[in-house]
Order: sequence, then structure tokens, then C-alpha cells
Amino acid sequence: MNHDPHSVGLVCPQTAHFSTPLTLASGHVLPSYELVFETYGTLNQQASNAILICHALSGHHHVAGRHHPDDKAAGWWDNMVGPGKPIDTDRFFVVGVNNLGGCHGSTGPRSINPATGQPYGSSFPVVTVPDWVHAQARLADYLGIRCWAAVIGGSLGGMQALEWSIRFPDRLHHALVIASAPKLTAQNIAFNDVARQAILTDPEFYGGDFYQKDAIPRRGLRLARMLGHITYLSDDGMGEKFGRLLRSGEYKFGYDVEFEIESYLRYQGDKFSDYFDANTYLLMTKALDYFDPGTEWGQGDLARALQRAEAKFLIAAFTTDWRFSPARSKEIVKALIDAQKTVSYAEIESAHGHDAFLMTDPPYVALMHAYLNLVALKAGV
Amino acid sequence: MMLRSDLQLIADWIPARSRVLDLGCGDGQLLAYLSQHKKVVGYGVEIDVNNVIRCVSSGINVVQGDLEAGLSDFQSDAFDVVVLSQTIQAMRHIEQIMVEMLRVGREAIVSFPNFGYWKNRLQILQGHMPVSETIPYDWHNTPNIHLCMLRDFEALCAKNQIEVKERVVMDGGSRIDFLPNLLGSLAFYRIGRAV
Repeated sequence: MNHDPHSVGLVCPQTAHFSTPLTLASGHVLPSYELVFETYGTLNQQASNAILICHALSGHHHVAGRHHPDDKAAGWWDNMVGPGKPIDTDRFFVVGVNNLGGCHGSTGPRSINPATGQPYGSSFPVVTVPDWVHAQARLADYLGIRCWAAVIGGSLGGMQALEWSIRFPDRLHHALVIASAPKLTAQNIAFNDVARQAILTDPEFYGGDFYQKDAIPRRGLRLARMLGHITYLSDDGMGEKFGRLLRSGEYKFGYDVEFEIESYLRYQGDKFSDYFDANTYLLMTKALDYFDPGTEWGQGDLARALQRAEAKFLIAAFTTDWRFSPARSKEIVKALIDAQKTVSYAEIESAHGHDAFLMTDPPYVALMHAYLNLVALKAGV
Repeated sequence: MMLRSDLQLIADWIPARSRVLDLGCGDGQLLAYLSQHKKVVGYGVEIDVNNVIRCVSSGINVVQGDLEAGLSDFQSDAFDVVVLSQTIQAMRHIEQIMVEMLRVGREAIVSFPNFGYWKNRLQILQGHMPVSETIPYDWHNTPNIHLCMLRDFEALCAKNQIEVKERVVMDGGSRIDFLPNLLGSLAFYRIGRAV
């Protein structure tokens, strides 16, 4: 394999074990837990150049690079993180972490509960965005990072960045909240519930304890992912890519895959159900539904909640995103301006819908370059 | 840092340490100058993404948006000064933006090219739509849809209970005090709510 000078190259996940109990928003206490994470670049002596990347619903700690030279795909944000890329690993020490409740190595429903010797399954507690941020702060302590140069996330990841700025105002200099929202709408929650129902009603789900039955609620996960995927793309983008294209060029007058879009969604659903955990999916959608910092910190007023924040903010949205439309990002911007905070907002033209935050539309990349350069200057790197 | 002369005039009108909203802020030049020299804090509003990126590069707070959509993102009385520099002539809803500017700001500064400038009048007399330094577009290719003269602007202010606090008219970098509606090419107004 040719070495790509803009890739972080081969990377290796690490695991941090925490034995200080973590009290969750639900009141449940996790006596101990593990977080799996990856780092890229070098932490400078003052520990001023650390950036935390928060992942979205189906993301994880593997943000950039490859685990093996023959890995087909690189980390999920490899286009944004690497030497010379906007999140420049020649300047920053970048941390990716799999959140609690995840299914990529951090303690989650699939993990063995040390108290029972069995997978947690249905007994794994519901975790929230604040719980994740709390756990991430412990990881920061573990890594010797008192204050992040920036906390960055798209979608559900953006909510974590926003939560960081309110919960730990003096532990980050910048928050980058991309394609996100200050709370879900009824429509957002409705989509999440349909996804959850698909999983919960799958006979292979066994109330969440399918591991012991050697079962996987594949059908439910597939449906949940297909539904989710529709909301990640724009109508235009989907139309452009698939239109009404038929796989065999003619109607078959049956219910097998005929349109290309059906084939695409089924493929995405199948792929997802091969590796993602059904309980994790349920829990992630619930974390989305519960997120509402305006209510938690500001008695319903987001501007009031954000009074606490000390970070500088970059808020970005994408024109064709209808899952978290630009109007949702502007709610955050308005609250920040009302609270007289330092904020910039960009509304990037893109055909990629919600997924645009993972793509490389040139103005988006230029914006990230420009903003992260400020972050680097502030960090002295 | 040298400011464009028309922006310098606006900058001189803005008190130190005030809160400023710069509508149509372009690359953020004015705000950059103000934050550096007058400890001003504020935001720019800009529609063009490339300008937004330029603002971000120079550390200017910028909100991408279309002024025609109004200023509902901003609370009443949130700013000391709201600036609209050489933009009003290209806007559709002029009265709305003027009223909005004085809702969110105590004071506003508006600059625009004076259509009554003698070179413009001369070209009209010669049978052509004017093209000049401050109106540098051919009629078929211009963003300007609402050109006006000093008296027109002042009449609109009066109609909307807007007080003209100060007026400066310039041509080619010098102040014009004699026959400004004829000899001035660029007009600057400092306006507020009439009480």
C-alpha cells in the first residue's frame, strides 16, 4: 500500500478502565466501565492542543486511519482528520471515543456485566448525552487533558459538543456543533420511535436479552437503519442518485427488489445489521430524544442555559438537511447571540442532506480549515 | 491596517466598546478594524459563503444569512450601532430593514450611492442610464434595484419616524458640504428612533 501523506496511517484502539462509579441521569449507577478510544497526533507539553471528536448515532472511536493495511475503509471522519486536513494531526492531538452504551468496545449492552457474568442486555441502563459528556470528561482526566482546544461533533455528536460547553464551561475553548439541533422535534422523536418499534417487535429481540439465545434481531435493525437512512439523505440527492431507476429495466409486478433505491436501502440495512447492536441503537435514539439542555439548564430557555458557556462556537448546517435543518442550528445561533457569546454560523450549500457533515463539500472543508486554524492559534500550535 | 475610506468614516462614528451589528459585512474588514482599534464586539451578517469563510479566518463573528429575511435572529435593543454599508440600494424590503435596524440597535449607520450625483444626472441627460464609480454597473447587469437621492432617503426616514442624527456626503474621498445632493456621490447617515 502506498503511504498517503494525508492519512494518520495505521492506528490502534486503546481501552481505559474506570472504577469510580458513574451516576447516570436516570439515577442508575455504573460501578465501573470501560471506554475504548483512539488518538492521533501528539499531545503537546502544555496539553493545549487536544481535540475531542464526538460521534453520532452509528459512529464510534475509529475516526481516522486504518487498523490493518488491508482495511477497505478508513475511519468514519478520515476526510476531516489527518496531516494537513482541517483537523490537522500535525498540530492537534485528536481523540475519538466510543460512547458508553456503544457496541464498538466501550461498556454497553453487549458487554459482560461483571456482577452476573452475563451480557447486560436489557439490564443496561439508558444513558443520555450528559452521561456521555460526563464519561468523556473522565477520559480527558485520564489522558491529562484539563481543557480541550475544541470539542467537535456532527448531529448527535454536535449535541455532545453543545452539552460540553454548558456542563464543563472551563474545559473547552471551542465547540463546533455541526448539522445538529438543540433538542428533537416531535417529528424527530416520531422517526426514532418507529425505528425503536421495528427492533422491539422483532421476535429475535427477546426483550433485549437476545445474546443468550444466540439470536440477533436483524429484521428490526435493518428496518430501523433503512428508515434512518432515508432521513439522512435529501430528496434531491436521492433523486439524483437513484431516481426511478429499475434494476432490470422493467416492472416485475411483484414485491422483490425492483427500484435501485430499494436495493440500496436494503443493502445499507443488511450491512448495518451485521455489526450494530440492537440495544445500542435503542439507547442512542433515546439519548437523542431526551436531549434538551434548554430545559435542563435554562428552565426552557436555551439562551439562559448558554449563559454559562465560555467557549467560542462554530455552528454549521447544510441547506438540504431536513433531519436537523438549518432552522434548528439557527435556534442555537440565536440563543448564543442572545447570550452575547462568540459565535459564527455557516449554512453550507450541499445536496447531501444530513449526511453532508461527513462529506467534503468544498465550502465546508474551507470553513473547517479556517475555523480550526483559529483553534490552533489559540492553542499555540 | 488601512480601512477603505468609506468604511473609515463609518468606523469614526462608532463609539469605542460598543456592540455592533454589521449587515452585509463582506469579508469583515470593518468589524476586524473595530475590534482591533475600538474594542468593539459584535457580529456580521453575510450571505456569501466565501465571505463568511473570510470572516471566520480573521476571527470575526459572522452569521450567514439573507437580510431580506429580516433580523428576527436578533433581540430588540441588542446593539448600540447597526451598520448597513452600501447595501440598501440592492435590497427589496427597504422600509422593513430600516425599521428592523432601529429595533435591534439604538442607532444605525446607512451608506448608499447618491443617484442625484451630477455625473449620474449628466448621463441621464445624455440619454443613458448612469454608470459611475459608486454605481459601477450597466443597467442590465446591476444588483441595484432601489437607488435614491439624499432627499428621497430623508423623506423615507421621516415617514417612518426615523431621526437623522448626522449626515456626511462624500465624493472621491472628500467631504461635500455645498449642494451635496448634486455634488456628492456617496451618502452616510447616522439615524435613530425619533422620540
